[in-house]
Amino acid sequence: MKAFVKRPFVSHLLTSIGAMAIFELMTGPPGSSTTPTAGFTGSFGERASFFGLFATYRFVVFLALAVIVSGVWTLWQSRGSVIKHGVNTGLARPRAAWQLKPVRTGFFLALFIFALFLPHLETDPYWQSVMVEEIAVYVLLALGLNVVVGFAGLLDLGFVAFYAVGAYVTAWVTGALPTPAPFGIHLNAFFAIPIAIALVMIFGVLIGLPTLRLRGDYLAIVTLGFGEIVTIFANNQYGITGGSEGTNAIPHFSIHLWFIHYVWGLAPVPYYYLTLAFVVVFIIVFSLLEHSRVGRAWTAIREDEVAAESIGINPLKYKVMAFAIGAASAGFAGVVTAGQTIFVNPQSFTLPVSINILALVIFGGMGSIAGVVVGAVLIQTVSMYLLHSPPAGYQSSDLYIYLGAALVLMMIFRPAGLIPSRRRRREIGMAEAGEGHMDEVLTGDTP
Amino acid sequence: MMLQVNDAVVRYGAITALHGITFEINQGEIVTLLGANGAGKSTTLRMLSGLHAPATGKIIFEGQDITNTKAHQFVALGIAHVPEGRRIFPQMTVEENLEMGAFTRSGSFSDDMDRMYETFPILKERRKQLGGNLSGGEQQMLAIGRALMGSPRLLLLDEPSMGLAPMIVETIFRIIGEIRDSGTTVLVVEQNAAQALRLADRGYVMENGRIVFSDKASNLLHDERVRAVYLGESVEGT
Repeated sequence: MKAFVKRPFVSHLLTSIGAMAIFELMTGPPGSSTTPTAGFTGSFGERASFFGLFATYRFVVFLALAVIVSGVWTLWQSRGSVIKHGVNTGLARPRAAWQLKPVRTGFFLALFIFALFLPHLETDPYWQSVMVEEIAVYVLLALGLNVVVGFAGLLDLGFVAFYAVGAYVTAWVTGALPTPAPFGIHLNAFFAIPIAIALVMIFGVLIGLPTLRLRGDYLAIVTLGFGEIVTIFANNQYGITGGSEGTNAIPHFSIHLWFIHYVWGLAPVPYYYLTLAFVVVFIIVFSLLEHSRVGRAWTAIREDEVAAESIGINPLKYKVMAFAIGAASAGFAGVVTAGQTIFVNPQSFTLPVSINILALVIFGGMGSIAGVVVGAVLIQTVSMYLLHSPPAGYQSSDLYIYLGAALVLMMIFRPAGLIPSRRRRREIGMAEAGEGHMDEVLTGDTP
Repeated sequence: MMLQVNDAVVRYGAITALHGITFEINQGEIVTLLGANGAGKSTTLRMLSGLHAPATGKIIFEGQDITNTKAHQFVALGIAHVPEGRRIFPQMTVEENLEMGAFTRSGSFSDDMDRMYETFPILKERRKQLGGNLSGGEQQMLAIGRALMGSPRLLLLDEPSMGLAPMIVETIFRIIGEIRDSGTTVLVVEQNAAQALRLADRGYVMENGRIVFSDKASNLLHDERVRAVYLGESVEGT
C-alpha cells in the first residue's frame, strides 16, 4: 500500500487532488456556519453532508483538472531531472533556445509590435486604461525593482517610495501641491519627467547611503520602514503634500511647439504610447547595464560581497547605484500615473503595492528582464480581469490568495521564475544540489 | 621595505585582538605568520586587507600611509587578498572569476589570463566550469589566480592549505614559491607551520595577539619553542 502511494504518479495525483480541493474551496462561494461546504459544491443551498459534496458537477471538473495537473507534473519531473543533471555536471550548460540572442531579440520585437497594435485590437475603455495604469506602469516598476533585487540582490520592500516620490514631484513641479512649485513656475507635466527621474534618483542615493550598509533581512526591514515613512509623511503633512486627499489638479501632458498644440486628455491611448516608448528605453538601458562593468560588479556583490571587495569593488557604491538606477524607472512610472489620472494621494502608495511589484519580479524571474516584463503583464492582466469580470463568489480581496498560491506553486516548480535568468537558474540549481543556498541572493548571507 | 606595520592595535568592541604588533615585509620575500587558533593571525590579515582598521598604530606600504584605507581600495594600491575559505564566485565560470579579478584594471588583460592558465593548467581545462563545482584545491588555485589578475605587488594569503589534501597543499605551496620568484611579494598566514616554514624566507610567531618572536624561516624550523608548540611530532618524522 505504502509503496503504491509512493509511486510518483500516484503521489502526484493525490497531491493534486488535495491542491484542487483547496482551489475549489477558494473559488467557490464563501461558506457559512450552516453551509460550510458551499465552496466545494458551488451552492449555498447544500447542507453540510458527505453527499452534498458530490451534488454538483464541480467536483468532476476539479478531479479532471487534478488528473491533468498530476500528469503534467510527472512529465515535468522526468524532464526536470535532465535539467538538474545539467547543473550537477558543473558545466555552464549549453544555451537553451531561449538563451540565444536572436531568439530573445525576436521575442522582444514580436512583443513590441504586438504592444504597438494592442490599443487598436482591444478598444474596451476599461482595458485601455488598464493597459496604462495597471500594466505598463507596473512593467516599469517591475523593471526598476528587478535592477535592485535581481541584479544587485538587495531585497527592497519599500520600492513604492520611489513611485510615490515620482508622482508627488510631478504634482509639485506642475503646481498642484500646497507647496509652491519651484521658482513659482508651473511646468508642463512633460518637463516633470526629467526632473522627477533626477530627483527620484537623488532620493535613491539618499535612502541608499545609510541603509545599504545593512545586509539581507536588515536591509529588507529598513526599506520597509522607509516605504512606510514616505506614505505616512504624504498622509500627515497636509501643508506640504495635501494630506490624505492629495491633489487632483495635476495638468495633463501637453505639447505646445510653435504651431503644434496637443493636449493629452483623459484618454489612455496617448499615455499608452508614451509609456511604451519609455518601457522600451528602460529595457534597452537596463539590459545594456546588465552586461556592463556595473552589471558584473552587481553579480559579484550578489554572489559574495567579501570576495567582491577583495577584488576592488566598492560594494556600497554599486549598491547605491542599483538603488538609484532602479528608482529611475519607478520615478517615471510615478510621473505617468500622476499625469494620466491627474491626482495623487497617499493611498496609492502603500505596502501592498511594494509587495505586488516584488511578486511580479519573483514570478517573472529575478534578474531576467524578459521574465519580469512577461510576469508583470501576465499577473496584472489576470488580476485586472478578475476585477473586471469576477467569477461567481470572487471578492477583490481574494486576489492575494491567488497571487500567493501562484507564487507558492512557482517556488515549488519553477523557483527561478517564469523566464529565468541564466545565472539565477544556476544559483538555484546549485542550491538544490546542496552547494550553497539559493536564499543567498535574497539575504546576502554567504557561508 | 615594502610593508611596515607599526604598533598596530585592533579591537573588536571591548576585546583587544591585537596588542600592538610590529612587523615588516621586504620586497621579494615570502613571510609567514604562525600561531595557534585565536592568536590573532586572521585579525592581522583582516587589518592588512582593510576589513578592520586598527585603533592605533600605522600601516605603511611602499612609503605610503594606508592605515585607514578601505578594503576595496587595496587592489589599486597593489595589495591583493586571497580571503580565508577561498570565496570564489560560485556561479561564475572559472574564466569569469579570473576576469573579475581584473575588475579595477583598464585595458586588455588577455596576456595575464594566458599567464594564469600557464601557472594553473587545471584552470584552463576547467575554463567553462562553474567555480562552485571545482574541487577545494582547484578553488584555491582559482582564488589565487583571481587575486593575481589584479597584478598585485604584495599578495596576502589566508590559510591557503585549509581543508585540502596534503598532495594538493604541496602543489599550492610550490605555486606560491613560483609567484614569489616571478616578483610578487607574499605574506602567508598558516596553521600548517611545517610546510609554511619550509617555503617562507622569514616567519613571525604570534601568541595572544602579540608577536612573540621572529626569525629566518630555516631557524624557526629548528627552534625548540616552535617545534614544541607548533610542529609537535610532525617535524620529528621528516
